Amino acid sequence: MPEQQTFKLDSKTIPFRDGDTIMDAALRAGEYIPHLCHNPEFTPHGSCRVCVVSANGRHVSACTQQAMNDMEVDNRSDAIMDKRRNLLQMLFVEGNHVCPGCEKSGACQLQAVAYYTNMLSPHYTHFFPKRSVDASHADIAIDFNRCILCELCVRASRDVDRKNIFSISGRGIKARLVINSDTGKLGDSDLTATDKAVHVCPVGAILPKHRGYDKPIGERLYDRQPVSQVGDVAAHDEDDNHG
Amino acid sequence: MADKIKVATASLCGCFGCHMSILDIDEKLFDLVELVEFDRSPINDIKTIGKCDIGIIEGGVANSENVEVLREFREHCDILIALGACAVNGGIPAMRNQNTLQECLETAYIHGIGVDQPCIPNDPEIPLLLDKVHPIHEIVKVDHFLPGCPPSGATIWTFLTELIENKPISFPYEQIHYD
Repeated sequence: MPEQQTFKLDSKTIPFRDGDTIMDAALRAGEYIPHLCHNPEFTPHGSCRVCVVSANGRHVSACTQQAMNDMEVDNRSDAIMDKRRNLLQMLFVEGNHVCPGCEKSGACQLQAVAYYTNMLSPHYTHFFPKRSVDASHADIAIDFNRCILCELCVRASRDVDRKNIFSISGRGIKARLVINSDTGKLGDSDLTATDKAVHVCPVGAILPKHRGYDKPIGERLYDRQPVSQVGDVAAHDEDDNHG
Repeated sequence: MADKIKVATASLCGCFGCHMSILDIDEKLFDLVELVEFDRSPINDIKTIGKCDIGIIEGGVANSENVEVLREFREHCDILIALGACAVNGGIPAMRNQNTLQECLETAYIHGIGVDQPCIPNDPEIPLLLDKVHPIHEIVKVDHFLPGCPPSGATIWTFLTELIENKPISFPYEQIHYD
């Protein structure tokens, strides 16, 4: 029988299997690596970069980097936390994240990961981009101000729902989420409230209508416990998911 | 009295909710006044600022008067604090940045529901609006940020006691929230 392969995550020994990423092995071992675009149900994407770790001295995204035997991974040093906080601050200033006016607040993974990294300010100059809200669908609204381009809805719609309703259009700072319907409107797409794509958004971009404040602010998923303990918002049931 | 820490506070483009939260430290206010003396603040209605140890700013920067007050605070205060969502990132008032200033004024004063004498106010005493609402760190250097809409009395108390006692600033998990 071949010897069990392991790597070091901070000071802890983590076993892994062939093909595992650092994230796969860490999740299985119950170790938290902050992330937004990663969801173990989907192919890793590596776009948010929040899972940055230092592996044998190189900065890599834990969700895409294959684990290697005897690798030494730094997940918790101040230097790594500083990098993650900077990435989160950039995500906040690139969009329009008005937490006091967002019905996802308290059950938002962007907020929760920012709390985890002790982010107290946006630090950078705000872009205040002009983006729209599409409320044309009877059951689902999409607020592009809050989209962080994680592509979880793109992956869920393509790989699980088999509908291909979402895409990313444009490149670099011009990249944006678009709806694949004749009019570009959500109401003219085949999206339904039970689609997987509606239940994977880590932020308040895709929201089921008519239930925004069913669960009051202060009693939501991340209001009392950190994301490192309660995990991804998508992994919780719908009531938790939408506050 | 001379040894007390001098604190000034101001509300720029905010709703005074953060000042209400300062008052929300309840009976600890008695402890606070043993430690600090208020300079310019809406709490005592002093209108001009002198040399201060700590300046606390609520609200973002939306007009020319806000810029003036903020720069005065920076000049007179050794430590400047952004208190609450609007000072930290513009908050709810910054949602107007999605529209042009002209659109905002026309919506409020020309096409608004119930407007019966359509006219955009232009009295010279009214401070000129900026084209966008800005968080205060985009105008002056800020030393500490306290997010929340508003930050709770407990959060403000934790922060002020740590600051005054020269301890590292850290909070229990439940005391930091952006909403």
